[in-house]
Amino acid sequence: MNTTFRALMGACALAALATGATSETITVATVNNGDMIRMQGLMDDFYAKHPDIEVEWVTLEENVLRQRVTQDVATKGGQFDVMTIGTYEVPIWGERGWLVSLNDLPESYDIDDLLPAIRDGLTVEGELYAAPFYGESSMVMYRTDLMEKAGLEMPGAPTWDFIKEAAAAMTDKDNEVYGICLRGKAGWGENMAFLTAMSNSFGAKWFDMDWKPQFDSEEWATTLNTYLDLMNNFGPPGASGNGFNENLALFQTGKCGMWIDATVAASFVTNPNDSQVADSVGFAQAPDNGLGPRGNWLWAWNLGIPAGTQKVDAAKAFVEWATSKDYTALVASKEGWANVPPGTRQSLYENPEYQSVPFAKMTLESILSADPKNPTVDEVPYVGVQFVAIPEFQGIGTAVGQQFSAALAGQMSAEQALDNAQKLTEREMMKAGYIK
Amino acid sequence: MATKHSRMSARLMISPAVLLLLGWMLIPLSMTLYFSFLRYNLLMPGMEEFTGLTNYRFFLTDPAFFAALWNTIALVVGVLVVTVIGGILLALLLDQPFFGQGIVRILVIAPFFVMPTVSALVWKNMFMNPVNGLFAHAAKALGLQPFDFLSSAPLASIIGIVSWQWLPFATLILLTALQSLDQEQLEAAEMDGAPWIKRFWYIMLPHLARAITVVILIQTIFLLSVFAEILVTTNGGPGTASTNLTYLIYMQSLLQFDVGGGSAGGVVAIILANIVAIFLMRMIGKNLDA
Amino acid sequence: MARSVSTQRKLITTVFAWAIGIAIFFPILWTILTSFKTEAAAIADPPVWFNFDWTVENYATVQERSNYFRHFMNSMIISGGSTLLGLIIAVPAAWSMAFVPAKRTKDVLMWMLSTKMLPPVGVLVPIYLLFRDLGLLDTRIGLVIVLTLINLPIIVWMLYTYFKEIPGEILEAARMDGASLRSEIIHVLTPMAIPGMASTVLLNIILAWNEAFWTLNLTAAKAAPLTAFIASYSSPEGLFYAKLSAASTMAIAPILIMGWFSQKQLVRGLTFGAVK
Repeated sequence: MNTTFRALMGACALAALATGATSETITVATVNNGDMIRMQGLMDDFYAKHPDIEVEWVTLEENVLRQRVTQDVATKGGQFDVMTIGTYEVPIWGERGWLVSLNDLPESYDIDDLLPAIRDGLTVEGELYAAPFYGESSMVMYRTDLMEKAGLEMPGAPTWDFIKEAAAAMTDKDNEVYGICLRGKAGWGENMAFLTAMSNSFGAKWFDMDWKPQFDSEEWATTLNTYLDLMNNFGPPGASGNGFNENLALFQTGKCGMWIDATVAASFVTNPNDSQVADSVGFAQAPDNGLGPRGNWLWAWNLGIPAGTQKVDAAKAFVEWATSKDYTALVASKEGWANVPPGTRQSLYENPEYQSVPFAKMTLESILSADPKNPTVDEVPYVGVQFVAIPEFQGIGTAVGQQFSAALAGQMSAEQALDNAQKLTEREMMKAGYIK
Repeated sequence: MATKHSRMSARLMISPAVLLLLGWMLIPLSMTLYFSFLRYNLLMPGMEEFTGLTNYRFFLTDPAFFAALWNTIALVVGVLVVTVIGGILLALLLDQPFFGQGIVRILVIAPFFVMPTVSALVWKNMFMNPVNGLFAHAAKALGLQPFDFLSSAPLASIIGIVSWQWLPFATLILLTALQSLDQEQLEAAEMDGAPWIKRFWYIMLPHLARAITVVILIQTIFLLSVFAEILVTTNGGPGTASTNLTYLIYMQSLLQFDVGGGSAGGVVAIILANIVAIFLMRMIGKNLDA
Repeated sequence: MARSVSTQRKLITTVFAWAIGIAIFFPILWTILTSFKTEAAAIADPPVWFNFDWTVENYATVQERSNYFRHFMNSMIISGGSTLLGLIIAVPAAWSMAFVPAKRTKDVLMWMLSTKMLPPVGVLVPIYLLFRDLGLLDTRIGLVIVLTLINLPIIVWMLYTYFKEIPGEILEAARMDGASLRSEIIHVLTPMAIPGMASTVLLNIILAWNEAFWTLNLTAAKAAPLTAFIASYSSPEGLFYAKLSAASTMAIAPILIMGWFSQKQLVRGLTFGAVK
């Protein structure tokens, strides 16, 4: 036993030495979603092109990932050479000089092909600080068969009133069909992403021009009440614990009539291997209220290189490969066009083969219709559709999300939740020095 | 008995352990204490400045603080009650002769080996999920409305999960103690016609007192910092319904990256933990001497 | 000594004990069963018990996604290493507390235990900064050190309670015979303390194996143990019960098997001085 163990240790050490001598190892931190996992299965292509680079993966759930990479980049811990980060982090980090500029990516990468809406969000003072892996907005995904059964027809751009009507008509609780599934799990990237985007279409906003929180406004009350009304009457049980993944599972097993969430979900719900309802899914733009903004967001998962890594060249080679046109073509050849990472490049949407994918057009339209610079009806001092691009937002957004989640669970009234949200946001903004 | 020489060497032998633990306690503690007086957010480097007691003021006036304090107490006490009572009952049962004692004992201690993360994931998804969970299936089979454990009774659900993990530990210690009980004393009482409940109350329970104390002490140490179970199942919610102090500090320092505020919370938690410690030590000291 | 028990009563106890034993074990059993199902069968209502198409596909998927063997080795090395290091430091300390008690011994012991009550989240950032400066982030040695320190109080306490049960006269006798302090520990004390030591080692391995805060926060890829392995499955996409079950089974199987094989040793010594 002892000798076997030693032999094993020796073998491990040898293996480590052997690889260490010939190649450079980079550590990539990434989120555990479908597209990222798929990439890990396609690494042979990368190794064929870069035999001298070895990639180590650290795959984590979104919240844990965010905590780990932020902590590491802020303390210059140097544990990662490539980090998967969101549209929220990139401008804040870029401004602080925590990321390596990617402006010098080679000609063949074709930076100008990136969708302007996405690229703008990753650029600080002319420097591109992260490369988009996939971009997303949000839209309505619905069951065409149930819609037909209900005798309704989904318009291309529905209103909230129609959504409510349809949800009521599709709900059949005895058979576990719930008219609408929405995010309820607390978190700034979970229920608050949805609710903030939704509130934009109701004319609500987080802060006025003096950074005063606005949860005591009429518009927020309407937003939250509409949301609670929809979910309490037509939503699934346990909705206050449902995030993107939980709702995806519900939709795939045929338990949701409609689901308003990230456009990337389209490829999962139409994939017959995973989804029991793959052949009866329709798409529509996120709802509005006739005020201008629709209730859709804009987000991208991006690959950034933390400043201070010793392996900038290897890290760049990886980022370039993972976000290139070639990678898109590689996924298309192995898994089909429906499964390529969407929402980052114009050329993809000009590709006739991709245009035949059922959700391609709706995804692009949704992405193009989101405007992070002017997200709300009134003027606001901040950038961001479903978030407010200030460092304090993560904490505040999650705390407010907790209140709204509690309202959804029936532990407090909407009024109480809004009141708490207003108070706690005021406290935090005061602590951070935005308001006196 | 002890000579001067042996006393010297004894001190020498104990010192590595003491010094290491002292370092492990003092170095981070002093850093935490220092940070707690700073305005220090990881996302805003270079902005650190001395703010006096501001962090403490904000932490202690946070409505979530009192909720968390209460939840911490409820969680510790809840799990202790379930595991001690359940452990005594189980130990009494396992102490009886029956077929397959070894196998049953293996089954009963198994949860103790399961990682908290795994047990939380399994309970949350495969049992407590109101749509696809096994409890929901069972409720529907009985014609009942599935109960939504983690949003309707989040703290109770977490107490249940944590109790499941610690029940084996309590059972084992209590069982070992029970088996060391002098059988003749019991038999004598039985001959005297003392009913079972009296034998339990006057002979067994006093004999178990030390074991119960040990269970309470060890478990409290671990239960005060329950974290993974909350992170995985409820994220402290809905609202702050299942946020304990550990989780509150986690939210401050690692979700909001407010190291100053989190450190202030850490100091407060350390003070509270020490109050609990002193209280427990008194109790243990009384029971464990002799 | 033997209690006379009627067969009938023994049978009733048997049924009762088995029912409770299975109920307590059930979540683990269900996880293992589910790991062999397809995703659709995993959420089937009514649930399927044994009559499904058994598949090992989930294990293959999990293995493909994460390097199980490396996480496993890291868990082994970290929990084994921290236990060994803990023993080296704790045995002398416990020895001196048990056999050369000073006035403050009890206080020192209780103080040691109280260090375990510090909430780890409160000191993560300081420790992270220290580890960064010492180059210990994502190293096994760093985790071994942290886990040793975390579990040291428990080890010292357990050993102390065992050593105290050893009658001092035996040591006196050995000393009369001219045994040195070292040989006293090695030849007299250790053999008598073996059951207690075994139990301490086992408990410590279990605690170290299952520690999920430091192991997750201080590692990235190279030193990440099984707790980090399971973290990547905590909220994955789509239908995932079967894959989650497979990953869970892989994460707990080694320690479960070790625990079962050594449960006699574990149980025998797990008294913390509660038994006189």
